[in-house]
Amino acid sequence: MLPIVPDTLGPTTDALRPTTAGTLTGSVPATNERAGLYSRYARRYARLVTMPTTAPAAHGLADVTASDSTLRRFLHGLPGVDTVGLEARAASLGTRSIKTTAKAYALDLAISMVDLTTLEGADTPGKVRALGAKAVRPDPTDRTAPATAAVCVYPDMVPAAKAAVAGSGVKVASVATAFPAGRASLAVKLADVREAVEAGADEVDMVIDRGAFLAGHYLKVYDEITAVREACGTAARLKVIFETGELSTYDNIRRASWLGMLAGADFIKTSTGKVAVNATPANTLLMLEAVRDFRAQTGVQVGVKPAGGIRTAKDAIKFLVLVNETAGEDWLDNHWFRFGASSLLNDLLMQRQKLATGRYSGPDYVTVD
Amino acid sequence: MSERLSVFKTYKLYVGGKFPRSESGRVYEVTDAKGKWLANAPLSSRKDARDAVVAARKAFGGWSGATAYNRGQILYRVAEMLEGRREQYVAEVAGAEGLSKSKAAAQVDAAIDRWVWYAGWTDKIAQVTGGGNPVAGPYFNLSSPEPTGVVAVLAPQDSSFLGLVSVVAPVIATGNTAVVVASERHPLPALSLGEVLATSDLPGGVVNILSGRTAEIAAPLAAHQDVNAIDLAGAGEELAKELETAAADNLKRVLRPQPVDGADWSATPGTERMTAFLETKTVWHPTGALGASGSSY
Amino acid sequence: MAPVFEYAPAPESRAVVDIAPSYGLFIDGEFAEAADGKVFKTVSPSTEEVLSEVAEAGEADVDRAVGAARKAFEKWSALPGAERAKYLFRIARIIQERSRELAVLETLDNGKPIRETRDADLPLVAAHFFYYAGWADKLDHAGYGANPRPLGVAGQVIPWNFPLLMLAWKIAPALATGNTVVLKPAETTPLSALFFADICRQAGLPKGVVNIVTGDGRAGAALIAHPDVNKVAFTGSTAVGKEIARTVAGTRKKLTLELGGKGANIVFDDAPIDQAVEGIVSGIFFNQGQVCCAGSRLLVQESVHDELLDSLKRRLGTLRLGDPLDKNTDIGAINSAEQLARITALADQGEAEGAERWSPACELPSSGYWFAPTLFTNVTQAHTVARDEIFGPVLSVLTFRTPDEAVAKANNTPYGLSAGIWTEKGSRILSVANKLRAGVIWSNTFNKFDPTSPFGGYKESGFGREGGRHGLEAYLDV
Repeated sequence: MLPIVPDTLGPTTDALRPTTAGTLTGSVPATNERAGLYSRYARRYARLVTMPTTAPAAHGLADVTASDSTLRRFLHGLPGVDTVGLEARAASLGTRSIKTTAKAYALDLAISMVDLTTLEGADTPGKVRALGAKAVRPDPTDRTAPATAAVCVYPDMVPAAKAAVAGSGVKVASVATAFPAGRASLAVKLADVREAVEAGADEVDMVIDRGAFLAGHYLKVYDEITAVREACGTAARLKVIFETGELSTYDNIRRASWLGMLAGADFIKTSTGKVAVNATPANTLLMLEAVRDFRAQTGVQVGVKPAGGIRTAKDAIKFLVLVNETAGEDWLDNHWFRFGASSLLNDLLMQRQKLATGRYSGPDYVTVD
Repeated sequence: MSERLSVFKTYKLYVGGKFPRSESGRVYEVTDAKGKWLANAPLSSRKDARDAVVAARKAFGGWSGATAYNRGQILYRVAEMLEGRREQYVAEVAGAEGLSKSKAAAQVDAAIDRWVWYAGWTDKIAQVTGGGNPVAGPYFNLSSPEPTGVVAVLAPQDSSFLGLVSVVAPVIATGNTAVVVASERHPLPALSLGEVLATSDLPGGVVNILSGRTAEIAAPLAAHQDVNAIDLAGAGEELAKELETAAADNLKRVLRPQPVDGADWSATPGTERMTAFLETKTVWHPTGALGASGSSY
Repeated sequence: MAPVFEYAPAPESRAVVDIAPSYGLFIDGEFAEAADGKVFKTVSPSTEEVLSEVAEAGEADVDRAVGAARKAFEKWSALPGAERAKYLFRIARIIQERSRELAVLETLDNGKPIRETRDADLPLVAAHFFYYAGWADKLDHAGYGANPRPLGVAGQVIPWNFPLLMLAWKIAPALATGNTVVLKPAETTPLSALFFADICRQAGLPKGVVNIVTGDGRAGAALIAHPDVNKVAFTGSTAVGKEIARTVAGTRKKLTLELGGKGANIVFDDAPIDQAVEGIVSGIFFNQGQVCCAGSRLLVQESVHDELLDSLKRRLGTLRLGDPLDKNTDIGAINSAEQLARITALADQGEAEGAERWSPACELPSSGYWFAPTLFTNVTQAHTVARDEIFGPVLSVLTFRTPDEAVAKANNTPYGLSAGIWTEKGSRILSVANKLRAGVIWSNTFNKFDPTSPFGGYKESGFGREGGRHGLEAYLDV
């Protein structure tokens, strides 16, 4: 097998990574070719963008957020999405056959990308401690199994989670902003965020106001995200959850992706896991296209987190194929791609055991929590 | 008082909505069944054929783009205009084919009715030959007939009017334009038809009528790269083979000489003379779900 | 942990297919050597390995095959439609059962990726037989009058780009309508047709109803010229199509031709760009571009040209070229040395005429017939690469400014097989589709096929339709 590598548009390895929107340095093309690429994208959007009048934003698109109408014009000027074509492409990438060494690599990568999640009314510090232990050492019988990326809990469970993963490098992510519905005042949402951050959350998973988005009040959604971004400060990375199942259309998901990125999201995330339709190959592919295009235009790299509904190792590997062939290898790292999941981890571990021993594993050989 | 001397008619070609003489300046003598001189008809040349193709091509966009309803109304108008000049055609057909007045009248009546028949087809043929195709996927898929383009029509040699109308009407009903080679021995009814077409709201160039030696005019038409199809109704076996061979150069659609029901073209035709000069265009459109809810691995 | 996500080889097993060292002609239900004992070799285009030795039919063999088909015609055409239907349903089912085997076989003999034979060719083959099986006892309702009659013996000549699928497109409607057939597969891809002969045996199809004569163009010519053939169906090049049209001129043989194309894929500035890129890739790199309806001319609106080309080039960088049996291969081998030479010559001519050539960095295997995916930019209507059918993975990129100009350029070709339209504006899809002179138009998609959907060209792309109700007409005396 001889993968074809493009001779002019190769994947970049240059660090385009800002930690927060406030510290962005703007687009610094790595090469002249890239500069050409950016300028062509810029030209496309120039129709929608007037010269900035306020303090220059890092991504160079400050003026599109100057008002509700400029923002609307920008978001509605993004290329449309053809449903059938998008889903067909996602399905086609789902037929990649990942075997042997590639599978071993993918399983470990997937494990390292899991945001091991518990978001139940019945959560207790004890439950969270067990989750943290599992995140740090997913397979107690095999020390070569990587740790997960993070544990993901409600804000009041952040202290317990911090304690459970202390010293391991596993991050603590907290949902916030009146998760999952997001139906609360901004003040309440910000208080929610501050509590999580003060308790030591490394990452905040916020939900957008889908009602405002669907009503066309894009600037309201934008302002909320920037306010949350500010509340996160430099301590926490911000994941912005769109609840794609409620946004309903792919065009909306593309618009929401750009809206979130413009507002300073470090990650864009599909779902809460609390509605009927969560992460799908197609909506994740679409968001991967969005982060790819956003970096091409602005130089700013944003992560993607599909969440909910990914339960098997086979599915997870297919998502990694989407990452690999859409956004590219720069995103094949848990700094840039995560799985929001709980049961997925055990299937990844069982597949990992199968690969190591040659025989199929069973649920009794992985820990329930 | 002496008997009034009648005014003879100068028969001309009908090309691009105008009535030119043959570019060659030549004519040939047309006689009745008993050999009596009837008139001189233009002896068309290759250049007349070429001019007719140019006119037909120019008219194709507008005619094929006209609504089917509009085409139907115009074809019906042709019938109306013919009805008003019925006696003239009865006389011409009787003279040309040596028929009794009543037999000639039957031919003319049938020809008028044939225009009416095809006038009604213009907005129905697409429903009969096209339709939706239930493909196994999230697509709306529709096939519809479209006219082939410029069609060379060799009119039947014997049936000078009913035969002529029977081959010309189906070609233009569906939106094609035609270059018609009239019956070599009996061209007068065809040349007179041009006068009716010119006053029936039919755009110039949709039908172009040439008279002369069939073989001489048909050869350049069969070989012409801008002619899309050829109806060989008026060609004998040997000529038909020659023309079909030449037509292969740009893969013209060829309608070979067909056996004629009842030999006199009086039977109600089927749709074959229309479908022979129709292309099927199939267009796929994605449908898919309304929202982004579907598809998981 | 590997630094990047390298897909390990994932080859489909060759063990599912058992290729015999030699094959005869399939005439009157039996495999037989050619009368003069001639044979030719068929090779795997990806490795040049000889797969088998196949009998080379001469005139005498073609005559025997036509005789067998003639003999079988009387009973076959008199069989109740419901019985013919059941034979075809049997064939469809056996193809489904053996689809893995046939997919591997097709990939070996043709060089196309297993992903395509598995996911496109074989499912479509089975579906085509299933579709036409259902017509066999419903012909009275097909719109061709009561009790439409078959033509007799159909002589069918098919190309190498979709060997088994083209066989299905030819044989399924012919048998459903009560004709018997003599089919000549392409010289470079005879094997799947010979396996199909075995499927006919398993299905219990009466002897002589299907006859397969392998050989080169001479066998095809003999078949088409045979005086006892009533129907000629050909899929292949326009040049050969014209030759065939001349051959049948003046006979009573019914003729349908499915020939070349130079399809325009038109991308407007309001297109769904990511899906358009996929459609462009599918349009010209599916089956290495060896597709008559390939979207080999990309017409892109000037205002999105640079952006689209950037996206397209990036996408081409992810195409995986190599072992066709590997399940992750996107681009397989060119079918033959001869075809590779033609593609190479035309691409070189494009370069010589001043078009700008681009390919992703791409290592080609050392043996077999390979051609890297190639783009030509700065192409005008006058360039050879914009006019001639290349039948390979070579895309010519042209620009336009207005919808009128797009339509004018798209139609500015002697061909008229396919076209694509990419725009989010529904009325523009419909108005442009109306004005394009092509038989198949894909809007916001490309290279989709279905047995219910008529396929065929305008102008020099041939005449007659295959697929759907329309496809019956080619095999009925109407």
